[in-house]
Amino acid sequence: MSGTTVTTQQTARTQWSGQSIPRKEDERLVKGQGRFADDIRRHNEAYVYLLRSPYGHARIRRVDVRAAQEAPGVIMTLTGDEVREIQKPFMEIAPPPGGYIEDYCLAVDKVRFMGEPVVAILAETAEQARDAADLVDIEYEPLDAVVTGEDALKDTAPLLHGKVGSNVVWHGLYDWGSVEEAKRQADKIVKIDRLHFHRFTSTPIECNAAVVEYYPGSGEYTFWCNNTMPQFAAMFMGPALGIPTDRLHFVTQDIGGSFGNKITTYVYLTICAILAKKSGRPVHWTEYRTDHILGGSHGNERTFLDIEVPVLNDGTILGLSARAIDDCGAYPRYEPLGSVIWSQVVPGVYRFRNVRIDYTQVVTNKCPVGPNRGYSRLQHMWMLERVIDIVAHELNLDPVEIRKKNYIKPDEMPYETPNGCVYDSGDYPRCLDMALKLINYDYWRQRQAEVRGTGKLIGIGIGSTLDSGTNNFGQARIINPELPFSGNGEVANVKLDLYGEVVVTIGTTPQGQGHETTAAQVVSDILGVSPDRVRVLIGHDNARNVYTGFSGTYASQFAVTGLGAVQGAAQKLKREIQQLAAGMMGSDPEEIELVDGTARVVGRPDTAIPFIGLANVVFANNATMPEGLDVSLNCTYTYRPPFKVPDVERKFGNLTLTYATQIHACVVEVDEATGETKILDYAAVDDSGRLIHPQIVEGQVHGAAGLGIGAALYETLEYDAEGQMLTPNFYAYKAVTALDVPMIKTAAIESPSPFSPNGAKGMGEGGGAPLHAICSALQDVMRQTSRAIVHDSFNPSERVYRLLRQQPSARRGVEVISNRS
Amino acid sequence: MSEPVKSQTIRVVVNGREYTRTVEARTLLVRFIREELNLTGTHFGCDTGHCGSCTVIVNGRLIKSCMMLAIQADGMSIETVEGLANPDGSLSPIQDAFSAHHALQCGFCTPGMMLATKYLLEHNPHPTEEEIRRGIKGNLCRCTGYVNIVKAIQSLANNEEVTL
Repeated sequence: MSGTTVTTQQTARTQWSGQSIPRKEDERLVKGQGRFADDIRRHNEAYVYLLRSPYGHARIRRVDVRAAQEAPGVIMTLTGDEVREIQKPFMEIAPPPGGYIEDYCLAVDKVRFMGEPVVAILAETAEQARDAADLVDIEYEPLDAVVTGEDALKDTAPLLHGKVGSNVVWHGLYDWGSVEEAKRQADKIVKIDRLHFHRFTSTPIECNAAVVEYYPGSGEYTFWCNNTMPQFAAMFMGPALGIPTDRLHFVTQDIGGSFGNKITTYVYLTICAILAKKSGRPVHWTEYRTDHILGGSHGNERTFLDIEVPVLNDGTILGLSARAIDDCGAYPRYEPLGSVIWSQVVPGVYRFRNVRIDYTQVVTNKCPVGPNRGYSRLQHMWMLERVIDIVAHELNLDPVEIRKKNYIKPDEMPYETPNGCVYDSGDYPRCLDMALKLINYDYWRQRQAEVRGTGKLIGIGIGSTLDSGTNNFGQARIINPELPFSGNGEVANVKLDLYGEVVVTIGTTPQGQGHETTAAQVVSDILGVSPDRVRVLIGHDNARNVYTGFSGTYASQFAVTGLGAVQGAAQKLKREIQQLAAGMMGSDPEEIELVDGTARVVGRPDTAIPFIGLANVVFANNATMPEGLDVSLNCTYTYRPPFKVPDVERKFGNLTLTYATQIHACVVEVDEATGETKILDYAAVDDSGRLIHPQIVEGQVHGAAGLGIGAALYETLEYDAEGQMLTPNFYAYKAVTALDVPMIKTAAIESPSPFSPNGAKGMGEGGGAPLHAICSALQDVMRQTSRAIVHDSFNPSERVYRLLRQQPSARRGVEVISNRS
Repeated sequence: MSEPVKSQTIRVVVNGREYTRTVEARTLLVRFIREELNLTGTHFGCDTGHCGSCTVIVNGRLIKSCMMLAIQADGMSIETVEGLANPDGSLSPIQDAFSAHHALQCGFCTPGMMLATKYLLEHNPHPTEEEIRRGIKGNLCRCTGYVNIVKAIQSLANNEEVTL
């Protein structure tokens, strides 16, 4: 770590929180003793193989599974025609007409994306299931496909879902302040025709997997799986299967990464559930990478059109208007929530107050999207950072100065944005200065001039972004006022077990974020035991009865919701311990302190009862319980963040509780002959409020930076005009390697959140800062050459090469209109 | 024409222990290790030999076990993540360095990554940063941005005292 800098708002130090203690998860993981979903084995299990559509869009004329059913080892098959009889379409989040979409776990009548599952085969071995798939005979009638958001809106576009009447899932106008007034006041209006945020995926190294068992005695299904938002899955699956959601028992243990991609696996879990019940066998399903990239979960692709930015001559930005077209692929699933989630960060880190975004989400013949690290905010903040750089470029302003001029100032915190979100704390200019210092900004500005004419070009870029965390699910009502959602929360249980062991249960589904470690730190500080004496149960298991409807690990919230719940439960337990010990030792509860696994009277260290003694009284010896006490030593607490229901009409309200800052700066070198871009230096400065475990936070910063660099330069999900996916495995999807990511320099400041229970801010998604920073650096390169506009978030060598050679006469897609010439 | 052999009995030594098993001819080594021997620390992450989460050491060579048939390993000696720790169960220097430097988050790529590290350091005890990056380029990690993995390996590369 390059160094953590603590701001003047220094937080109180505690013994364990704030320290980078060894992670509790590590020993089992480095020994290969982690238990991941595919490691689970059940007696007599059978294996699922999914035969997927080779077409982007086609009518299913006929499915013949007879030969497959006769193949060796095959137990049964499942087709869309059967599913239509068993399953009700999954709930849609969108109101009608978008809500008329019918989504089943297997394709019914039509396939709408390449990779959509059409037939499921259950066999004695995974190989037999796969072999039998070759014998399935399907007659398709190919249909025209639509593969871009803009094309999906055309009158002539093929319709994916006939009942909807168009390809629009959701449309809404977001309008705050007065963009028209801002345009009248402006010296200039900068117009940008089109910016395109590309489609990519975090694609975790562990693919989706599940072992699913049905128990007819209780009607309960058990899912040993790696879904990361199980109660969200249950909300879709219960009604679809026509059963109460409490019959869906989810068990997660170690999860090999998710980045949001494992939230929408309920579609696949439903296939497994149907097969498990029909066959009476535990069924085992594990994706191959090709399955995962074809049919897993992609990031949202978004196109911004007709962007208009009113500015003053000094670079002050007054507002922004644009049209946004978001492409969610063939089925919305988690969508259209992304169509409001972006508005957690309407002005990004900037002060402008007038914003109008005309937002449309459409379906296309591509894999459905789902939350993907930085979900829906990174697309918007990328656009904002492009706007800042393009304005600087066109008005010949300094990219650092224009940012500082427009940043929200630290003394304006807490800051209410034009749509009622409240940024809790932060110091953006300071983070930027630190990032520039880390990359040695002045040196590279000088080198930039020196290398001109040598065949190399140097560009310096900045990405200033926010990692908004702890959603107010009330924002879903802005999408659909009928949705009965608001607030957020997580639940934790902290107890003394029968022999005084400290045991913590949480409803979350960590995938590397170290929840066992940080939860133990919080409990240790409250109960006076070291973290190695705190056992934190692994993963989510609703049989443990510790979960809310929001439980899971997503959207940068654990430090607030998860640890808030742990803190509350540990404090409850502490009070019970104090009452019990006081009763047993004849003193006041206030006089009891918890030290080293004992409860003792302050100032009398020899008068102490170890936790095992307290547990004994409650669990095995309760006739000796002091009179009048009612303690269980088993304490559950639900943390509920302070949210209100947003104003749906005005699209106004506080949509997230905390706003971590990420300011990145980078130096790139571009080879003029080839367009190859190499990162020479990279720095990330974060402000995640009070740090519980600095090393884990820094690790999240590294990881988000790594994936962002991959997305900016190497990783893209491409389809041809027929909806054929061109990048369905790691041959073609160039996942970033150790050779592509530089040694990222980091620094942190701590601006404690005044709103969270511990001063921490949720973090981990990173806000897509590398995409912003690398595009910014490439714009800095173009400033020295063709003056082309960097208009796409994906810039492989060939695109950089073309931008470098763009002729001055070419249409640049940008225009500056003077208001008062 | 005679039928091709569909299964074969093989003998392998894994982490010092000998196993004799009859396997289907088409069984991948990774499946054999995971499903027959129940050594589930070796992971399966892709179907193309790119991700490296199934990396093991076979007769001293670094192998992606999804790219090799179990029958090809007949008579060979295999080392998996389960063989890394010291005989008393304490962590080996590589495991220790990965934990100390926070070189793992979800831990899914970690077994393969540590075996790639072992192979690298056995063949080049003092690699440069560039050599370290080349040494692990066949192992994908989506959590760490590789920063702390490289740092963990550097800590071993610069330490004369380390016995892997």
